[in-house]
Amino acid sequence: MIPPDDPALVRILAADGSYAPTPAAEPYLEIVDALPDADLEQFYRDMANSRAFDRQATHLQRQGQLALWPPSFGQEAAQVGSARATRTQDHIFPSYREHVVCTIRGVDPVDIIRLMRGLTHSGWDAADPKNGNTRPYTLVLGAHTLHATGYGMGLVFDGRTATGEPERDEAVIVYYGDGASSQGDVHEAMVFAASYRVPQVFFLQNNQWAISVPVATQSRTPLHLRAAGYMPSILVDGNDVLASYAVTKRALDEARAGDGPRAIEAMTYRMGAHTTSDDPTKYRTSDEEQSWTLRDPLVRMRAFLQARGASDAFFADVDAEAQALADDVRTRTNALGTIPAESMFAHVYSDPHPLVAEQRAWLADYEASFEEGAS
Amino acid sequence: MTEAATTTRPAEVTGTLTTMPLGRALNAGMRAALAADDHVLLMGEDIGRLGGVFRVTEGLQAEFGEQRVLDTPLAESGIIGTAIGLAMAGFRPVVEIQFDGFVFPGFDQITTQLAKLTNRSEGRLQMPVVIRIPYGGHIGAVEHHQESPEAYFTHTAGLRVVSPSTANDAYWMIQDAIASPDPVVFLEPKAKYWAKGEVDTASRAVPLHASRVVRRGTDVTLVGHGAMVTTLLQAAALAEGEGTSCEVVDLRSLSPIDYGPILDSVRRTGRMVYAQEAPGFTSVGSEVAATVMERAFYALEAPVLRVSGFDVPFPPAKLEGVYLPDADRILEAVDRVLAH
Repeated sequence: MIPPDDPALVRILAADGSYAPTPAAEPYLEIVDALPDADLEQFYRDMANSRAFDRQATHLQRQGQLALWPPSFGQEAAQVGSARATRTQDHIFPSYREHVVCTIRGVDPVDIIRLMRGLTHSGWDAADPKNGNTRPYTLVLGAHTLHATGYGMGLVFDGRTATGEPERDEAVIVYYGDGASSQGDVHEAMVFAASYRVPQVFFLQNNQWAISVPVATQSRTPLHLRAAGYMPSILVDGNDVLASYAVTKRALDEARAGDGPRAIEAMTYRMGAHTTSDDPTKYRTSDEEQSWTLRDPLVRMRAFLQARGASDAFFADVDAEAQALADDVRTRTNALGTIPAESMFAHVYSDPHPLVAEQRAWLADYEASFEEGAS
Repeated sequence: MTEAATTTRPAEVTGTLTTMPLGRALNAGMRAALAADDHVLLMGEDIGRLGGVFRVTEGLQAEFGEQRVLDTPLAESGIIGTAIGLAMAGFRPVVEIQFDGFVFPGFDQITTQLAKLTNRSEGRLQMPVVIRIPYGGHIGAVEHHQESPEAYFTHTAGLRVVSPSTANDAYWMIQDAIASPDPVVFLEPKAKYWAKGEVDTASRAVPLHASRVVRRGTDVTLVGHGAMVTTLLQAAALAEGEGTSCEVVDLRSLSPIDYGPILDSVRRTGRMVYAQEAPGFTSVGSEVAATVMERAFYALEAPVLRVSGFDVPFPPAKLEGVYLPDADRILEAVDRVLAH
């Protein structure tokens, strides 16, 4: 829960969508005020697309098409705001729930589906320019924070950041959650990032629940204050897309300029289950869920845009686009085939490995023996 | 560079060969790799100014700078995890773990991340990371400083695991490991850091993953790796005095294993003993014994025996002489295979 009077909280839009910046938001208003209407509308469009995709994927899992789905329902503002704050040259290290972060960077949503359907361990190629330097998901919590830090160390050693030319300076942003924040790897990543002045933003989505364990069991200290032991740390209302955008933009700008790493705690709420295997009715109350429904990030942004004069036609267009996206995902998911058994032997090593080669050959012979027997 | 007088002494050059301790050969190999590729990095605790607790990296930070030879924070998972990120960014990190028993805080990053990333990425990512681990006993050290953890790593697909037993192998194998596009767990027999040997800096003797016959014999095949190769050679010398001719094979590569020289030897001798410092249960010796049984069953005159550390935690140092297989325990096994 967000303490309503926490003086550190950066929030620009109140829950009802009114423009009501907190005192801590004052330094960020110039960033938000500079945004053209088209960007504001794009933020809303992204969030609507995200929700429609997420709902479709959840349905597909319920219908047996996916092994698992981790819903992002409720976390759209934190993800859209932060992802839209990145630059083309930045590097994105998601955890496993940042579906709209990935799609904003260019990842095909069906590539995320393929991972959750059991067709691949990764789904997309971070080096393919169309994927916007987005790394595949990491399912071991917090492990990827160190990979992001190491990548950022490489940016420092190769002189790819803090060059004095902001248009080409590169940074990394890593996503993780309140549960992962207890992992030693997250803390070690912060130690290394601070030691080597890595251009890195640690973006923590505090969705209040690590599966069934509330954040109060993870920490007696607000999570942004934990991070403050290592680096400048900011608390933002993660259900406010404008605030999420502004704080991430500034943190990335500072990181790229050579000021070192930054941490952001985005206070949000996982309105759905942890994954489709989870049952949140066993550990949290409908009163709590209802209190967060009143702070729904899409409702908030929609009210803000309506007050600025966005037309009904705009919202109808957004809804149609979101529906078309969901329909397309369903069609293409149902068309996904399977993968050949021999693919499990591919790429275990980059160089040839006799044991793997031997077992691949054995399996091929074994399977062929059935075909011969049938003929 | 200047070479300070320490445990690793300056090289003695003789003609085209150079005589140096194994630890110094590793240093020379890493220096060559650092000089050849400016994206080779060394990372670890105390490896820069101090040159590592065994001085294996001595002088390299002074020569190549603090961005090539990194004194890292004291956090093994952090070292290996950031090495992975550096590899993603095009670097070839060579990580030093200070002692065998200290690798486990980094075990998750090695086994669930480093080992799997090439496969997970469907070959789009290579992981040219070397994890150097001084391992094994014989130095009378305290708990967690004398262990042989190789089986944890050989059990993990995606890792390569090697261990040199001579200075020449150390010089070439570290360079080959750094050149490998795959992650390599590089087990350094710390008891041998000070053992001198001839290094031929002009050309490598055998490839990284080859096993090698280091002593010819006709009655029993003795196989092992790392510091145990020395013990096997001692046993073979003693056996010769008793009229038994032992062939000794240095495994060198623990994953993959080059079975050619081992099977060839066993087919001639009909008897085999594997010796290792590690506990014997689900060990590298178990794997070699099983494979020799599968592939050379009709050549065997006796069961393959293993001589191993006991299946107990490594004991306090005053008992290491009992725990670690010595020439007598190897000869006891030789007697048993000959009794068949």
